[in-house]
Amino acid sequence: MKFKSLIITLLASSIFLTIIICIWKILATLQGLSFTNLNFNLNLLLSLGLVITCVFIGKKFNHNLKIFILSLSFTILYTFLNENSPMWFSAGIFLLILFFTNKLKKYDLKYLNQDFISEKIVFEFLSLFAIVFFALIILFPFYIMFVTSFKTQTALLINPIDLSIDFSKNIFEIFKSYFVIFKTYDFGKYILTSSYVSVGTVLITLLFAIPAAYAVARLNFFGKTFLSTSILIIYMFPAIVLVIPLYTVFSQLGLRNSVEGLLIVYTATTLPVAIYMLQGYFKSIPKEIEEAGLIDGQNWFGIIIKIIIPLSLPAIASVSLYVFMIAWNEFLFSLMFLDNPKTFTLSRAINHLTGDAETPRQYLMAGSVVVTLPILLIFIYFEKYLVSGLTAGSVKG
Amino acid sequence: MSTSLSKIEKRTAYTLLLPAVCLVFAIILFPIFANVWISFKEVGLKDIRIPEPRAKKIVKNIQDSNFELKIIYKLRNSSLIQDIREVRFSDKLPKNIEPVNLDKRCKFNSQKIKCFFGNWEAGYRENFEIFVKDVNNNAINNNDIKSYNPDLNGKSNNILLTTDFTLKNFKKVFMNNNFFELLMTTFYFTFFGTLGAILLGIFAAQLVNQKFYGRTFMRSILLFPYVGPVVALAYTWTLLLDPNSGTINSLLVNYGVIEKPINLLGQKYLIINILGFEFKLRLALTTVIFFEIWRYFPLAFLFILARLQAIPRDLYEAADVDGAGPFRKFFYITLPQITAILSILFMIRFIWNFNKFEDIFLLTGGASGTLTLPISVYQQGFAISNIGMGSAVSIVIVLLLIIFMIIYFKLIGKKANEI
Repeated sequence: MKFKSLIITLLASSIFLTIIICIWKILATLQGLSFTNLNFNLNLLLSLGLVITCVFIGKKFNHNLKIFILSLSFTILYTFLNENSPMWFSAGIFLLILFFTNKLKKYDLKYLNQDFISEKIVFEFLSLFAIVFFALIILFPFYIMFVTSFKTQTALLINPIDLSIDFSKNIFEIFKSYFVIFKTYDFGKYILTSSYVSVGTVLITLLFAIPAAYAVARLNFFGKTFLSTSILIIYMFPAIVLVIPLYTVFSQLGLRNSVEGLLIVYTATTLPVAIYMLQGYFKSIPKEIEEAGLIDGQNWFGIIIKIIIPLSLPAIASVSLYVFMIAWNEFLFSLMFLDNPKTFTLSRAINHLTGDAETPRQYLMAGSVVVTLPILLIFIYFEKYLVSGLTAGSVKG
Repeated sequence: MSTSLSKIEKRTAYTLLLPAVCLVFAIILFPIFANVWISFKEVGLKDIRIPEPRAKKIVKNIQDSNFELKIIYKLRNSSLIQDIREVRFSDKLPKNIEPVNLDKRCKFNSQKIKCFFGNWEAGYRENFEIFVKDVNNNAINNNDIKSYNPDLNGKSNNILLTTDFTLKNFKKVFMNNNFFELLMTTFYFTFFGTLGAILLGIFAAQLVNQKFYGRTFMRSILLFPYVGPVVALAYTWTLLLDPNSGTINSLLVNYGVIEKPINLLGQKYLIINILGFEFKLRLALTTVIFFEIWRYFPLAFLFILARLQAIPRDLYEAADVDGAGPFRKFFYITLPQITAILSILFMIRFIWNFNKFEDIFLLTGGASGTLTLPISVYQQGFAISNIGMGSAVSIVIVLLLIIFMIIYFKLIGKKANEI
């Protein structure tokens, strides 16, 4: 019997269970339950009891029956501990314990007797912690953003931690913030502007980058090495050092407050990385295919259109998505160049909303959802392409 | 034959490259050099508007005469700061209409009135009147006269193109008492932001590199903070951290962790008492750094994960045989395998974080001790409206950046291509 590994298992697993139950409790508080005490110590004690029973019962009973009975009995204990809790809260606790006891299945006494097991156990529980931790820190802000957009100003002022959505109201009331930002603040137009700018940037960037990348990848010319190193160096120069000269020149040329001005700047700032990514892919295409094209009497234009582009569609897709993402999320240049609400992009429009301190926060969050949702959906749908674009372009950010 | 082929190849290459190179030159390289030019000038935001002569045309009837009219041009210099030299004016009259007693500065010739007004000082205004009549004594239609627009032009100094230079901006930047603090804040922000993002990235990559249920889901959501638009995320965090009714503060107060809400983004220092020693924590800066870490660890994660998946499996299998636990495996196999990529990542992310503008700008606007160099560019250039100063700060950034890049290429430039 290894006491060290036994104690480590008991501690690590009971702390883990306590923490996920506390997180569940905090999330429940955000749904309007009025808990004011986490009862951490008491919860820890209960969890320890659960783990001890679980480990010592081991595999003596039918596993499913065991975890069901254990979960049920401990859920009743927890519910007794947190008085006035509704059914859904207890149901959540039941599921958590069910999941947890199922995880504990392999930690019976025999398992704990192995060599070097304690380190492995710590590592396993650390991984579980890490999953919960990362999921929480990433999803929590998005969750808050989403839920706040359905609240009203008065409800938020009365009880800022009650973020539950009141489904008894009619649909217009629930989605009021969205109606307001589209009607009063003209977000429909901003979506159009943003899409126009982003898609335009992608198209122009591709138009410029594909020929240039082909030249860098395939052709020999004076200054080639210089050019390919300078692509990366140019890429490193940040937008903030370009802003003042561009602002002055664009003001004098009358390009400020125009979508065309933004298109030019976005294209230029994304070109280096687009060329860099595309030329890497073009180099991997076998030269023989192009030579066959040359023999067939194609000129470089034909080769690019008929051979290179069809063969490098995946790379073009990732470049397009990456450039689209940069253009859609871009803020600095749109802040500098656009003062006129007629030409605002979505990001600029949301920034403009905050300029007025009176703007209720649910409108702000509704605007944020409107700008975040499309890019997240695109990301989820085209994840494979965007991830390869991101990895290649992740020198920037 | 071969020479002509290579010539064609060269020409093709240059044609293909030309559009991209021109655009990048105009929008990226030109501004960097223009910064140097502007930084040696005293230019304010208001100076960059080119002054132009303007005229507003008003047509008035004269009492008891319908074949005579008065045209009033309200002339002005659009700039209140700069002169306009050699202002010329021209307008057209309809057929058969002629001016009466035309001003000495003007001439009438084939339906056109041309005037030379000379120099207009800044803020110049004049009501310039012309009487016109119909040659055949017919009634004049007002709208006929209004249908022509006067044309004005003049010469003015474009303050950006003059050649008077000054060192004032740089003196102000370097002599400023806060310059050292500005630099230190920037370095704190950059260093800890980068380090934290990489550490968190290692954890995340190590996690996703294992097999567990929901791994692909985890991998997707880990990229959310980077993929989401900075505006939305920054404002969400501002609301979360808001001292009055922000979710996090309210939760902490609700559970009795703190008595009073903490203004995480608006408080410069937090005094912490540990064992009788008082520590001053740069609170707002720390919060901003945490946001930075939160937003950019996905990039480090992606990079490191790609490297982790390339580590040969048999290394771990050998370690299993030796009975090494997961921590030993991490420190003796994984870490040595990823140090190269970590150093590259650190350098690159350091350079990028050094230039980060949006995140701090949206969270605090540079207030409560979070003023970094990029924010300072914006503040000088657009909040204080001193374009020259803004450019001078940009030059400081560019110089530091060049130093970082030299270090980067000296240390790991060649290695970067191998990985």
